[in-house]
Amino acid sequence: MSGFEKLSRREFLQTTGIASGGLVFAMTLGYPRSAAGASNVAPSVYVNIRDDDVVEIYCHRSEMGQGIRTSLPQVIADELEADWDRIELLQAPGDAKYGDQNTDGSTSIRKHFDLLRTAGASAREMLIAAAAMEWGMPAAELVARNHAIHHEASGRSAAYGDLVASAAELEVPEDVTFKDPADYRYIGKPMDLIDGVAMTTGAGIYGTDTVLPGMLYASVERCPVFGGTVKSVDDAKALKVAGVEQVVQMPDGTSPPGYNPLGGVAVLASNTWSAEQGRKALAIEWETGLNAEYDSASYRQQLVDTSHKEGKTVMNRGDVNAAFGTADRVIEADYYAPHLSHAPMEPPAASAMMHEDGSVEIWAATQDPQSIQGTVAALLGIDKTQVKINVTLLGGAFGRKSKADFSAEAAWLAKKTGKPVKVSWSREDDIRHGYYHTVSAQYLKGALDDEGNTTAWLHRSVFPSIGSTFSAEATGPANFELGLGMIDNPYAVPNMRLESGDAKAHVRIGWLRSVCNIYHAFAVCSFADELAHEAAADPRDYLLRLAGSPRKVNPADDGAEYSNYGQSLDVHPIDTARYAAVIRKVSDMAGWGRNLPDGHGLGISVHRSFLSTVGAVAEVRVDGEGKLHVEELWIAIDAGLVVNPDRVAAQMEGAGIFGMSLALHGEITAKDGVIEQGNYDTYPVIRMSEAPKAINVHIMDVDAPPGGVGEPGVPPVAPAIVNAYFAATGKRVRELPLKKAGLV
Amino acid sequence: MAIEFTLNGEPQSHDVDPQMPLLWVIRDIAGLTGTKYGCGKALCGSCTVHVDGNPVRSCAFPVSAAAGMSVTTIEGLSANGDHPVQEAWRELNVPQCGYCQSGQIMTAAALLERNPNPSEAEIATAMSGNICRCGTYTRIRKAIYRAAGGES
Repeated sequence: MSGFEKLSRREFLQTTGIASGGLVFAMTLGYPRSAAGASNVAPSVYVNIRDDDVVEIYCHRSEMGQGIRTSLPQVIADELEADWDRIELLQAPGDAKYGDQNTDGSTSIRKHFDLLRTAGASAREMLIAAAAMEWGMPAAELVARNHAIHHEASGRSAAYGDLVASAAELEVPEDVTFKDPADYRYIGKPMDLIDGVAMTTGAGIYGTDTVLPGMLYASVERCPVFGGTVKSVDDAKALKVAGVEQVVQMPDGTSPPGYNPLGGVAVLASNTWSAEQGRKALAIEWETGLNAEYDSASYRQQLVDTSHKEGKTVMNRGDVNAAFGTADRVIEADYYAPHLSHAPMEPPAASAMMHEDGSVEIWAATQDPQSIQGTVAALLGIDKTQVKINVTLLGGAFGRKSKADFSAEAAWLAKKTGKPVKVSWSREDDIRHGYYHTVSAQYLKGALDDEGNTTAWLHRSVFPSIGSTFSAEATGPANFELGLGMIDNPYAVPNMRLESGDAKAHVRIGWLRSVCNIYHAFAVCSFADELAHEAAADPRDYLLRLAGSPRKVNPADDGAEYSNYGQSLDVHPIDTARYAAVIRKVSDMAGWGRNLPDGHGLGISVHRSFLSTVGAVAEVRVDGEGKLHVEELWIAIDAGLVVNPDRVAAQMEGAGIFGMSLALHGEITAKDGVIEQGNYDTYPVIRMSEAPKAINVHIMDVDAPPGGVGEPGVPPVAPAIVNAYFAATGKRVRELPLKKAGLV
Repeated sequence: MAIEFTLNGEPQSHDVDPQMPLLWVIRDIAGLTGTKYGCGKALCGSCTVHVDGNPVRSCAFPVSAAAGMSVTTIEGLSANGDHPVQEAWRELNVPQCGYCQSGQIMTAAALLERNPNPSEAEIATAMSGNICRCGTYTRIRKAIYRAAGGES
C-alpha cells in the first residue's frame, strides 16, 4: 500500500456494502451532534468522543476467541490517532445501523478494514476541522497526534476532549484521507488483549452468565430425532422437584428448520440444577417422524455410490476422459469425512425479558445479533425494532452461535411465562441437537504422463447442503459450498473436471469453522500427495509443480461460477505465486528433507480459503503400537495485511489444535435418527496431553489487502497429518477421523 | 439442613439439595459466574475450583462434600488478579475466547502450589483434564513455565 489513500464517501459506501446512501454518517449514537455546548460528538456509529477525553469505540463484531475486540479498536484508534489508554471499548447491540454484524466467514477485518479506517479517519478529520475553526487556522496546517490536534509551527495543541463542542457543530467530512501505513501505531502491532484481565479473573460475562431479576432457569428436552414432535407429556413428577416452578411445552420446530427453536418441553426453575433434575423427571412420548430411519452407516454408502456416478459438472477444463484414455497411469481415491459438532466450551446460552411496552430484550452469546432480531420478531409477532440484542462474550462459537434458535427459545419462554428466562443448553443438548458440519464423500481420479506430470484431475463432491436448513428444495451441494475449496482449485492441470452429487439432509446442517474447506482440502491436498508419490516425486516439490507457473487463476475461465468469498478476484486473486511462496516458506520452516528418527514422517498441505493461503507441515511419530502422535506443526499464513500479528499467530495455533481434533477424533454418527455422541467422552477433542510440543507460525510479509484469519488455518491441518502418516508408514488413510483406522 | 462452607473467605450457608453440584451453588446461588459449566461430568475442567487447596471439578462435586471446607474460585485466587499464573497468562496473551481459562488457571495454580517446577510431562498430566476448544495449549504450557519462574 502506498502513500495516502483517498476514499470518497460514495466509494466508502460501496466498499462497506451499506447500500442506503448517507446512512452511516447521518447516524449518531443517540446523542444530538449539533447541540451547542455538546459534551460529546459521534462522527459515526462506531466512534463517540466525550469531553472527558475518552474515545468510545463500538465493537459491532462478536468476540469468540479471534480477538476482534482487540483488533477492531486497533484499526479505528490508529486512524483516529487515539491514545490506546484513553479508549473505551463498548460492545454494540444488534442493530442494522452498524451494517453487517454477522461474525462469520472470517470477515471482520477482511470486509470491514476500510469501514473501520474510515470511522477513525472521519473522526480525526472532524477534530482537525474543529481545531481549525477554533483557532482560525487552515486545517492543512494541523495534525492529529496521540489524542490531540497540534499546530506544529505555533506549538498550539488541544486534547480531543476539548474539541468536542466545536466538532459537534460540524458536518462529518465526506472524503477522508487514510494514514500512510508507515505511520501506523497500532495496525500491524501485537497489542495485548483488551479482555486479558477480564478473561483471567473470571470477570468476563458470557452468554451463560447473565443474571436478571426474578429470572427463571430453563432446561429444554428436545426430541432425540431431528424433526420429531411431542405426542404427550406427563410433567407431574417434574413439578414436584424442589425448585421447579413451571413446565412449558415449546412450539413445534419448523420444516425447514431455519433458526427456529426445535420444540420440546421446557422446565423452568429457580436454578439450573433444579431445572435439569425436573427435566429428567419428565415423561414424554415423541412422534419421531421421518428422520427416525437415519442411519449414518448406511447413508455413507449412498454418498459413496453417488460419488461413483457422473454428477453435475460445475467446472470443466480440457477433456479429462480423453486424458485418462491416453495416460501413462491413472489413480483413483475415495475420501470420506463425517458430520462434526462445534462443541464450543460454552454451550448455547441466552437470556430474555419482556418489557412493558411489548418489546423483548435478549442477552446472548451470538455471532449474529441481527438474525436473532428477525427470528424472534417472527416468532413473537412483533417488529424487529422491538427486539433488543445485547451481545455478550462468546465462549467459543465456530459457527454454532450464528444460529438464533437458542436465543429464540429464551425470548419465547420469557413471553410465555412473563418472567425473565435464561436458557442454558447442556453439553449433551449441544452435541445431540446441533447444526452439524456436513458429512461428505468425494471421489478423485488423476492421470499421470510418463514424466509424472498430472494431466487430468476429476473431483466429485457429494454432501447434504447447508441450504437444506433453509429450503426443503436444497437437496445437493450449493455453488457457494463448492466454491469453498473445490472450484477454486489452483493446480495447473490441463484437464480438470469438477462435479457435484446430490444428498438429502437428515439433521440440521450448519457451517463450522472453515466449512466445506475442511473436507475439500482433506481430499485435494491428500490426492496431491498421492499423485506425488505415484510420480515418485518429493511431495513438496510436486506441490510446486502442481502450482505451476506464477499466474492468477479465475475459475470463470473454465465455466465455473465462483464468488471468491464475496470479494473481487482483482483485489484478492487466486495467485499461484503467493501459493508457491507459502509452500516454500512452510517447508523451509519445518526443515523439509531433513533426516528423521524411525517412525517419524513429515507431511505438507497448502490451501487457500477466505482469501488467505495457509501452509501446514506436520511431523508425526508412529509408536510401536501403531498409534499416531503429532509431534510438531509448522504453519505459514499469507493473509495480506494483518492488524494484530499476535492474534493471527494465536488463530493459527488454535487452528492447529482444532484441525487435529477433527483429524484424529471428530465424528458425529446417527442410529435410528438419534445422535450417538453426547459429551467430551464420546466426542473427544484434543487435550494438552496430545498437543504438539510446538506450533510454529510464520506470517508472510505481503503487501496486499487483508484476507481472513479465523478459519483458513483449519483446512490444511488434517491433510498434512495424513500425508505425514503416509511418509512415516507408507499407508494411506482416506477417512476421517483417524481413530477409525485405529491410529489414536 | 443448610450446608456451610467458606467461599473465597466468605462464610456461606445454603439450604439446598445436598446433591446439587458445587458449581451451581457457586454460580446460581452465590452468584459468582467466573466458574464455568462445560460438560457436567468432570470431563472438561472448565468448572475447576479449589476445595481446601485441591483442584476439584465443581460440576461433579456435590455441595454436601464441601461442608466445612474452604472453597476458592477464580474470583478469589488473588486479591487483584495478580497471582503469578494470572500475570503469566496475560503476559503471553493466552486466552482466545477465554471461557475455559478460569478452570485452566485454577488447575495450573494448584499444580504449581504442589510442584513449583513441573516438567512438560507433569504439566501434561495435570492439565489434560482441562479442555480448551480454541486450542491455547502451547501458550498455556509456556505460561506455566513462566509462572514457575522458568523460561517461556
